[in-house]
Formats: sequence, structure tokens, C-alpha cells
Amino acid sequence: MTTIEKEWAERVRAAAAARTPLCLRGGGSKGFYGGPLAGEPFELCANRGVVAHEPTELVVTVRGGTPLAELEELLAEKGQYLAFEPPHFGPGATVGGCVASGLSGPRRANAGALRDFMLGIKLLDGRGEVLRFGGQVMKNVAGYDLSRLVAGSLGTLGILLEVSLKVLPRPVAEATLRFELDEASALRRVNEWGGQPLPVSATLWQDGVLHLRLSGAEAAVQAAGARLGGEALAPAAAQALWTAVREQTLPGFAVEEGGVLWRLSLPSTAPALGLPGRQLVEWGGAQRWLAGAVEARAVRARATELGGHAVAFRGGDRAAGVFQPLAAPLAVVHRRLKQAFDPAGIFNPGRLYPEF
Amino acid sequence: MMLENEALAFGETEGDFSAVDKARVVEALGKVLPPGTLMYDAEDLRPYECDGLAAYRALPLVVALPTTEEQVVAVLRICHELGVPVVARGAGTGLSGGALPHTRGVLLSLARFNRILKLDPLARTAVAQPGVRNLAISEAAAPYGLYYAPDPSSQIACSIGGNVSENAGGVHCLKYGLTVHNLLRVRGVTIEGEIVEIGSGALDSPGYDLLALVTGSEGMLVVLTEVTVKLVPKPQLAQCVLAAFDDVVRAGEAVAKIIAAGIIPAGLEMMDQPATAAVEEFVRAGYPLDAKAILLCESDGTPEEVAEEIARVRAVLEESGATEIRVSRDEAERLRFWAGRKAAFPAAGRISPDYYCMDGTIPRKRLGEMLTAIQDMEGKYGLRCMNVFHAGDGNLHPLILFDANQPDELERAEEFGAEILELSVALGGTITGEHGVGLEKINQMCAQFTTAEVRQFFRVKAAFDPPGLLNPGKAIPTLNRCAEYGRMRVSKGHVPYPDIPRF
Repeated sequence: MTTIEKEWAERVRAAAAARTPLCLRGGGSKGFYGGPLAGEPFELCANRGVVAHEPTELVVTVRGGTPLAELEELLAEKGQYLAFEPPHFGPGATVGGCVASGLSGPRRANAGALRDFMLGIKLLDGRGEVLRFGGQVMKNVAGYDLSRLVAGSLGTLGILLEVSLKVLPRPVAEATLRFELDEASALRRVNEWGGQPLPVSATLWQDGVLHLRLSGAEAAVQAAGARLGGEALAPAAAQALWTAVREQTLPGFAVEEGGVLWRLSLPSTAPALGLPGRQLVEWGGAQRWLAGAVEARAVRARATELGGHAVAFRGGDRAAGVFQPLAAPLAVVHRRLKQAFDPAGIFNPGRLYPEF
Repeated sequence: MMLENEALAFGETEGDFSAVDKARVVEALGKVLPPGTLMYDAEDLRPYECDGLAAYRALPLVVALPTTEEQVVAVLRICHELGVPVVARGAGTGLSGGALPHTRGVLLSLARFNRILKLDPLARTAVAQPGVRNLAISEAAAPYGLYYAPDPSSQIACSIGGNVSENAGGVHCLKYGLTVHNLLRVRGVTIEGEIVEIGSGALDSPGYDLLALVTGSEGMLVVLTEVTVKLVPKPQLAQCVLAAFDDVVRAGEAVAKIIAAGIIPAGLEMMDQPATAAVEEFVRAGYPLDAKAILLCESDGTPEEVAEEIARVRAVLEESGATEIRVSRDEAERLRFWAGRKAAFPAAGRISPDYYCMDGTIPRKRLGEMLTAIQDMEGKYGLRCMNVFHAGDGNLHPLILFDANQPDELERAEEFGAEILELSVALGGTITGEHGVGLEKINQMCAQFTTAEVRQFFRVKAAFDPPGLLNPGKAIPTLNRCAEYGRMRVSKGHVPYPDIPRF
């Protein structure tokens, strides 16, 4: 154990004994996400640095407090990247926060989500024990997959000391095409394209315009572009667009005072929402953003009806519950898992669900 | 607050099921299962006594063959009430003894859950019952130009439910991922008889990622009744490069150089000289027999993409000192290149009375080191070993050849295998890449995980299965077992049905 790990383990044991809730904090860039922040602040940025990066192994192992930007820079030097395009939502974003939030960017529907790139973790649990699960290799079925379980758990299962992520070579070529299409036509089109061998790497529909990004071998991107038509964006404009989508700096993501930005995760073929508010459609139809003052119950009911779920992503009454309530048997499993990792209930209470 | 069954929940000792009363179990299950779906006479139980790891055999108390989810719920409720172990089984092709029956338990076969319930070409999803064969999904999707990507070589026989339980891989997972990457949803039943829906038609779900947790859980957490998978478009073209090397270490280095060049091939496989010689005899794939190792590197995509990638691969291979490079000229030749690789296991069965397959995974850069170590071990244990690797993801399948009828050859093969697995862990890898722990590698789990980690695995199991009735004794070793490991060496065996291609 490192000095920091020893110190933190002691602090966790003391907090568990005293039942003192801890509010885990990395760069503070995603404090807006999830249930209300509660507990004694526990700063995680000191535990930073790259433990190992072997470009030929396609694996990087870093400490939780490592700035996400620093990791991305290191990978870029070797022509590699995090293919799930994680959003930063602020200059301080850390790798630990990235894993805890479990969020993925525009490439998710095609390249996979953060959880798909998790290979292994080193975790400090609520007993103050340092546990390692998974590893640094691509294929590993020894023991339950507890590294993926931690992805998106919002710090409720423990402190992420280290994570090993699969990395990929950057695509050789990229191009972004623009099409004028109404919502229904855009939804149909992106699903049809999804069933064809095309190098699609992101889609965005908003206000009657569909943007489609292609990534891959030079020849494949060119051939697909020629076949699909549309109007090509200049490379700089394209890059600015997808960064603005990832970081939600496009005006469409803005919420007014008292409004909520809803994220609906749906089957890609789900029809148009038919709810009032501004909309953006990503991930080939599988992720829909809705900004406005829509009643929570109506949004959740519509998401359920369409076979998915809704998250009050930004704004609104966080104490009332940000995530879609779980079916009873799954809620039981969740409580037991929380208990298994954090028996005293000290890590980020209420951040994922009000019950724990 | 501690759980009542603390010792069991925290993994200290094996559960004791000696009090299970067969007559009572038969009577209770007979009330919820239709005639012909419950078996309890020894001769009816015999076909279920083992899975693909035939050295381990046990007769279950009874075999249940439910045909509906309601029946699965009823069976599990009864087992929960009576405290009876339950072992779920798909096609029984697993290689680690994960579906080995429990002598005091119910063997729950899902063989009759064999229908594809829905295939949506626009959404690119298929909903299948767990007993549906892996290949049957791709066959059903083929008319739409789609397929299910994970392709374990036993795909003509293995079931999708088994694939989920083992997180099955295949030769294309470097580019297309494992089962966990191609799964959207499972529906299952807990030991308490509760139906759970984990995942959905959307790409993610609220709460913890239980879908990932259930994938590869070896039947320890829930019994599956439905699986929703993603389908992907079939690539327009696939082409394969065969490269020969006069040195195994150099071939291993070529693998690293391909990855370093930023190429993710659709498949990247390696075979050493004993393996190529054995398969050449068997399938006449046209492999160069004087090579110390061959690599198979597949590229797929649009014709333009494939041409571009093959040119890059060729350049790397030339630079890496390949003595011969062939590019498949047509589909027939591509399939011939692969035929040899896929026949490695049957070929081993032809040249040796018995063989023992390992499944360690190591960082790619340690391949050469591992191969050299295996060569030394051949001398040390006086046994031959042929090596086939999913080289692209560092997953090794050394096949240790032995004759169980010769005194102490089995013991030497086991020690040889254990040394390979322990070296895999020492080199920064894992004891199992895709075959699962089951019963076979349960002792080596003690070498890979600490006491605290093993305890945590038991707590996670208890979150789904508090009484510890689903597949007890598999996947995660009890701490007592770990304490005994070292003087305990269990026997391993060869693969039955050697004609089914594997890995």
C-alpha cells in the first residue's frame, strides 16, 4: 500500500466506526450529477499519476485522481485515445470521477461505453480494505466482474484508487456530414445506416438537422462519404461540434432557471418523444436529451413506455430522486450490494438513490 | 449487523447439503413439472453427469427440464424452501466443469428454452431463450445482413445462455468484443423465485451495472430465461494473412508490432510448429511445416478498408522478419487458413491419447517469455505441448499432450498446467481468459485473489443468492479450500465430442 492508501484506509475505518458519511470528491466537475451531495468532503485529487502505459498492450493503468486531460494527452502522444469519448464537464475532471459517473460521449453507440473499456480496478472499500478485481489483460473471467460494477456507481461502493482501461488507436480518418431531415426521418435513417457496414462513429439530430460522423480507415471514410451524400463540414468545425456535444456546450443543452435537462436512454428505434421542450438526439437514436420544464412523472412514464429510462441530468429537485426508480427485486439486490461494499453506508449516501 | 449464515456468506466453508431428502424433492417438483420433464432414475441422469470437462462426473439428485418460465420459478421456489442446490445447464459444452451436477441438487436443464422470440432488424437486436445455439442467432439474422459477433469455436453447439454465464469470447473478440460487449438485456429468476429484468433495449440502465455482473457469473447469481443480444452488420469482405516465422519469439513480437502500428485486426491467432504439424496432418490447410510459428491475421470491412489494412499488416510482418506471407485470394482459401486453426483440438486428440487445455491470459509483450518457459517445462515434465493462442488478446491455449494410461503422466500434465497458470498470474495475467473457473480452476483462484477479495465475491453472491444454493462450490473457492490448496491437486480431463470445433 502507498502512503496515501494507508492514510485513506485509516480514515475510512474511522468514518465507518463513527458512521460519518463521506462525500467523495475528485475535480468537482460532476457535482451537478446524481443525488444531492452530503457528508464530510473527502478530496481524492492527491492520488494521481500514471501507473503503467504500454501502448502495444492497449492498456493504461492510472490512479483515480489523475486529471482526465492529462491522461488523454498522454494517450494522444502515442496515437491512442479513450474511444468512449468521456465528457469532462470542467477543467478539473479526474479519471476516478469519469469512472464513477460512468458517462460516455458521442462515440458510445458505435465504440462502446466506459464500462466496456474497464479492465480492472483497485478499490478501497467501506471496511478500509484494498481490493483488486479484473486486471490489465483483455480477457479475464476469473471472479465476478466487479470492475464494471463500479463504473457508474457514483462513488457509492468505494474509493477508486486505480483503474486499468482499454485504449485504442485513434482512427486514421474522420469526416462529418450534414443532412436536413425531420426527426422521424432522421431516426429511421440512422437506424438503417446502423444495419449497414458503414464506419459511423456519432450522430446528432437537432432542429431539423442531422450530423453524422464517420471514423476509420481513410478509404472507408471516403467511400462511405461518397455513398451517403450530405454536406461535409470543415474538419475544424466538425471537431468543434462534437466537442460541444460531448461537453454539452451547444445551446440546445442549456436549461433555464428552474428547468431540467432530461436524459432519456431508449431503444434506438423508439419513436419521437412527443413531449414539450427542446430536443437533441444522439447515439443513433438511443440517447435523447430534453430540456424544458416538463413534469418528472410524465418524462419517466414516457421513457418506460418506450422501453428505456430517464435521468434528471441537470437541474430540478435532486433530493426527489435523479434516476428512474428500480423494480422491487432489483432494489433489494442493490441494497445488498451496497451493504457488501460499504456496510456502514458512509460513501456518498443518497448520490445514486435516496435509500442508500 | 451480520448475516445469520455468516460462515457461508463470507466464504469460509462449503455448504452442507447432506440433509436434502430426495423423495421430498421429487414429490414437490412432481407437482409443478409436467410428466416427462422430471427425471430421477440413475439411467436418466447419466447423460447429465458431466459437461465438456469429462474428467469430473457426478450424478445429480434429479434433472428438471422445464419448458416455461413459470416452471422455472416454481422449481426455484421449491429448492429455496427445501434448501436444495440448483445447477443450471445449457448445452453442456463448457470446459471448466461449471455445469457439473451437485450430487445433492437439482440439475436444471434449459435445453427446452430453444426459441428465438424476436428479431428486430432495424433495431439490430435479437431476443432468444437461453438454450438457443450461438450460431442459430447469426443464421436467423443472416437474411438481414446482420450477425451476432461473439463466435466461440464451439458455436454450432454452445448455447447463448451458457455464453452469457461464461462471458464467452471467440477468435474475433479483439475487434468485436466479448459476450459482455454484445449484450443488452437478460431476464432471469432468482433463487427466491423473483423474476428480474436486467438491462433493456436501451444501451444502459439505472443503478449498478448488474448486466456486467451477471455476465460471466457461471450460474452463481440468477437462472436465465431470456437474453437480448446486439446484432451487427456483416462486413462486406474478410481476408486473412498467413505469415510464417522461423522463431516463436519473433512471431510473438510481430503480434505486438501489429498492435503498435495502430491496427486492430478482426482476428490475430498464432500456432507453434507442433500445432501446425498436428492440424496439417488432419485438415491439410496448406500450412508451411518448416515454420516454427505461424500467424493468422484477419482483416474485415469494406473492400477499400480491407485493402488498406492488409497492406499495412503485410508491411509490419515483413519488417518483423516473416519468412513467408500469404494473403487469402478468395473465401475458400480464407476458410482453409482458418480450418487448421479451428481443428487444433481435434488434431491434438488424434496425435495423443489425452490432452489438457489451458486458458491463461497474459500481457501480449510477455508471449515470447511464456513460450520459452513452456518449452523448458516440456523438458522438465517430459511431456509435449502444442500451443494455439488468441495472440491478439494474449489468451493462450497450450495443449499438454499425455497418456492417462501411462503411470504418473496425468500427474505430470496437471503440474505442467498448474505451472503455466501460476506463471500467467506472475506475468501479470489471469488464470482464465474465456473458459471460466468452474470447478477446474477453483484452486488457482486462490493464487490470483486475496482472502479479502474472495470474501467480497461471496458477499456479492449473497446479494443475489443469500442461502448460497445456486451452483454451490463453483467459481469462487471457499477460504478453507484455499487453505488446503497446495497439497490438493485435482485431476483434469480431456474434451468429449472431439469433433466439435472449439475455441
